[in-house]
Amino acid sequence: MTTENLVYERPEAFTEMPTHYCPGCTHGVAHRLVAEVLDEMGIVDKTIGVAPVGCAVFAYNYFATDFVEAPHGRAPAMATGVKRVLPDRVVFTYQGDGDLASIGMGEIVHAAARGENITVIFINNANYGMTGGQMAPTTLPGMKTSSSQSGRDVETQGYPIKVSEMLSTLEGVGYCVRRSLHDPKNIRLAKKAIRAAFETQVRGLGFSMVELLSTCPTNWGITPVNSLKFVEEHMVPAYPLGDYKVSDAVKQIKI
Amino acid sequence: MPRELWKGNEAIAESAVRAGLGAYFGYPITPQTEILEYLSRRMPELGRAFVQAESELGAINMVYGAACTGARVMSSSSSPGVSLMMEGLSYIAGTEIPAVLVNVMRGGPGLGNIAPAQSDYNQAVRGGGHGDYPRIVLAPASVQEAIDLMALSFDLAEKYRMIAMMILDGSVGQMMEPAEMPALQEPHRREFDWATNGAMNRERRILSSIYLDPHDEEKTNLRLLKNWKNVQANEVRYKEYFLDDAKYVIVGFGTAGRVALSAVREARALGIKVGLLRPITVSPFPYEALDQLTGQVEAFLVTEMNMGQMLDDVLLTVRGRVPVEFYGRPGGVVPFHDEILDEIHRLASGPLAVSTDPRDSWLARMYSNLKVTAQ
Repeated sequence: MTTENLVYERPEAFTEMPTHYCPGCTHGVAHRLVAEVLDEMGIVDKTIGVAPVGCAVFAYNYFATDFVEAPHGRAPAMATGVKRVLPDRVVFTYQGDGDLASIGMGEIVHAAARGENITVIFINNANYGMTGGQMAPTTLPGMKTSSSQSGRDVETQGYPIKVSEMLSTLEGVGYCVRRSLHDPKNIRLAKKAIRAAFETQVRGLGFSMVELLSTCPTNWGITPVNSLKFVEEHMVPAYPLGDYKVSDAVKQIKI
Repeated sequence: MPRELWKGNEAIAESAVRAGLGAYFGYPITPQTEILEYLSRRMPELGRAFVQAESELGAINMVYGAACTGARVMSSSSSPGVSLMMEGLSYIAGTEIPAVLVNVMRGGPGLGNIAPAQSDYNQAVRGGGHGDYPRIVLAPASVQEAIDLMALSFDLAEKYRMIAMMILDGSVGQMMEPAEMPALQEPHRREFDWATNGAMNRERRILSSIYLDPHDEEKTNLRLLKNWKNVQANEVRYKEYFLDDAKYVIVGFGTAGRVALSAVREARALGIKVGLLRPITVSPFPYEALDQLTGQVEAFLVTEMNMGQMLDDVLLTVRGRVPVEFYGRPGGVVPFHDEILDEIHRLASGPLAVSTDPRDSWLARMYSNLKVTAQ
């Protein structure tokens, strides 16, 4: 029996740079899961990431892969450009809900409809984090944000957009699921989904996306622990976890 | 290669393919759609990338992504579509990567019309997108020149890691002329030391337009300007016609310059000593050539298919030393050569005064010629 057991190691897909994320934010968990999957699949060297505008704008500082930084919402278009000229590389975007579901809705829908062989990691934390917690398309009805200060009024501010449900109607989508990062069990399920999404891409089986319900303690104005509870008690009911589309070809993948 | 009859837009598309175009991303808009249509069949036939994007925003950001890999890549559009692309152009400029964009200009502002115009000169030359950045802008006046400048656009964009735009009006795009194509080249996939093409056995690379520390952004701005000074010193291109003994010189680019040439030839036959300077690079603008002419001539006439945009560059160079007159047809109207000839006669019959804004007298002449009254 050895006295030393290695229980934690920085993935090779990570740089040495500490992240700038707030305490209790699940961006770090999501980054880590992507990095572990890139390591396990041995694709760090041939992956090109596309960073969004939003809290993850500096994602390129943390991943040890080639990276480009897109204008707000345009990551799926940039990823399309990269992938079309380098079809043998792995291309992923990492986008928040303001980036993907508001200003970039056109780009994400059409990348999915074209069946672009890219992987999208979609962080849904129900607000615009980087600009200080304004209402996002994903903000829950009644939820207070800095631009819906009495709570989102659906009569004047509309209803949340359920992106996974929407995109799953498109033929070009190979894999589209929603997971959550609020506890270890769900984090493990999220990692499996991220793996399946990248496996979808390397097999050329179409567009793949994993939506991750995430926390934003700073802008929600609650503690990290209560943020995890908020995800479980309020976000999961509004955004049910599940497999919204797994094409027959993707179902055959054995990992 | 033999001379063949080519339509401008299709000639542009084919010459881009011949120059090693690796990927094209575009969106339909008149009067440039033939470029998209042509490449939709030509690119896949050669195993190259083609995507009809969901919008011009999508198209320019696909260009941005593909350009980051070091591939030869382009888009094309017309005025309203190019406005939508300005976001992407600013990012491309800030990331210092090469990309080529063709603007087959039409009458505006707004939806305007689909007739030939040159009213996007300021947008192309002065910037259009946010931030402080230079860009190369080429202006062909014929199908053959468009073919030749297409290949040059890619070379210049890659040499200076900069946007190269080709601006032409709808008449060059739609016109058929005999022209010669260059030989077909394989897609360029050069191993640039900045390209993000997958960190295979090398240090990983990042391409971004973010410089969060203002001092870094300032250094970037200064580097862009220094790079631009090299472009200005080495890449100015223009054509001179009958300038040696010219007392009057017309300055016009693209179709306006070409129509002016017909008028110049007629005036020469009548014994009027008039010449033409036709800028091919409107950015960098041929300031030096114009400056030398200023010491030689009695007056300039600027002709454009807009309300006087390049006119400002001429005024900046001439600086009141001799009179500068203006004749424009905006809104999608193409001037006839006899209109320019009338202007030449007006110049030759003198006397002319240096005015602060040559548009004033032009506007008065326009209202009188068009028999309309100022509202």
